[in-house]
Amino acid sequence: MKTDDLVALLAREPSPAPARREARRRFVLGLASGTAASTALMFVLLGVRPDLSTVIHDPAFWVRLALPSAVAVVALLVSLRLSRPAARIGTPRWFALGLPFLLAWMLAAIVLGGAEAAQRGALVLGHTWKVCSVLITLLSLPSIVAVFWGIRGMAPVRLRLAGAVAGLLAGAIAAMGYCFHCPEMAPPFWAIWYVVGMLVAAGIGALAGPRWLRW
Amino acid sequence: MIPERTCDPAAERRAQVEDELRVRLIAGMAGDGVAYRGFLDRLASYLRAYLRRRLPRALEDVEDILQDTLLAVHNARHTYRAGEPVTAWIHAIARYKLVDFFRAHARREALHDPIGDDDLFVASDDEPADARRDVGHLLQMLPDRHRLPIQLVKLQGLTVAEAAARSGLSESAIKVGIHRGLKALAARIRGGA
Repeated sequence: MKTDDLVALLAREPSPAPARREARRRFVLGLASGTAASTALMFVLLGVRPDLSTVIHDPAFWVRLALPSAVAVVALLVSLRLSRPAARIGTPRWFALGLPFLLAWMLAAIVLGGAEAAQRGALVLGHTWKVCSVLITLLSLPSIVAVFWGIRGMAPVRLRLAGAVAGLLAGAIAAMGYCFHCPEMAPPFWAIWYVVGMLVAAGIGALAGPRWLRW
Repeated sequence: MIPERTCDPAAERRAQVEDELRVRLIAGMAGDGVAYRGFLDRLASYLRAYLRRRLPRALEDVEDILQDTLLAVHNARHTYRAGEPVTAWIHAIARYKLVDFFRAHARREALHDPIGDDDLFVASDDEPADARRDVGHLLQMLPDRHRLPIQLVKLQGLTVAEAAARSGLSESAIKVGIHRGLKALAARIRGGA
């Protein structure tokens, strides 16, 4: 087929309306099904903590949940921009993406600074540091697949970066679910091990991006 | 006093191309097929000149990458926002497709420098060479649900309503079928690259 014929063929369908609707639906569906799948995996594999009904009255529970929630919101916004060619992210958005981590580490430093030297190890390691990051990464896997699927309805051009931010979004969704299982409440614990779990998910996304997001 | 913008002919030319393309793309997306055709025609000329400069040792591939990029721009046009510079948006897609080509042909093009002259809109070229790959042939290989809507509406020139009446499909099924069919076509092109 000659290029002229291809142009004529494409020009018969100028309006992007169906594509726009479908892309939007696809992104929302990917995000929703990823969240549902990661949450369901947490329920089945780990179960919610038995004292959840009392612990939700503890502000510390919500402070912990705020870290992955804030990361998820900003990663979602950045991810949407990375899904469009030539859309700039800009320094304020990158800063916003880093801010939840900074605040968590500051809180962790304050808690560690105020603790007795002998307690610091326990505050950082808790009882579950060996499994925490691994479980968050594991819970993120269905979200990674679903979020990638949603992004494939758009047109990312920086595939590794788009993959990394999509992976971070999936990791944050997984960490939000993990908060309902995890018994550890000390900020130094979750400011380290939750972050490691989310970053490993981002790393998986960066590796998968160039292959899975190609269009 | 001379207005400042005339001091830089390159910048003025860029602004002119921007206007030329944006007006047609926006009119096209509002449903004006003639304007959209003008957009694609001009875009094809700029892309052809750009690719011939960037691929002096692979001129036989230019028309294939050009068709691939046109299809990519068409399939991604829902990601363009009216406020953004259309040239930057197109440039991002064209560069992405070119880098994708380099990656797929890494060994053969190992010596090519992908940096350097990267201005897409400095020249245009209306003399097509023959494409090596036949997009029409790839179209024939698509499954019926993708191929039929494209053939009825795009090749035979029926309206969506006529195509729906003739095929027994709903109008929205025809529209979605065209959209998905062109994406499937782009995937076939990629698979054969």
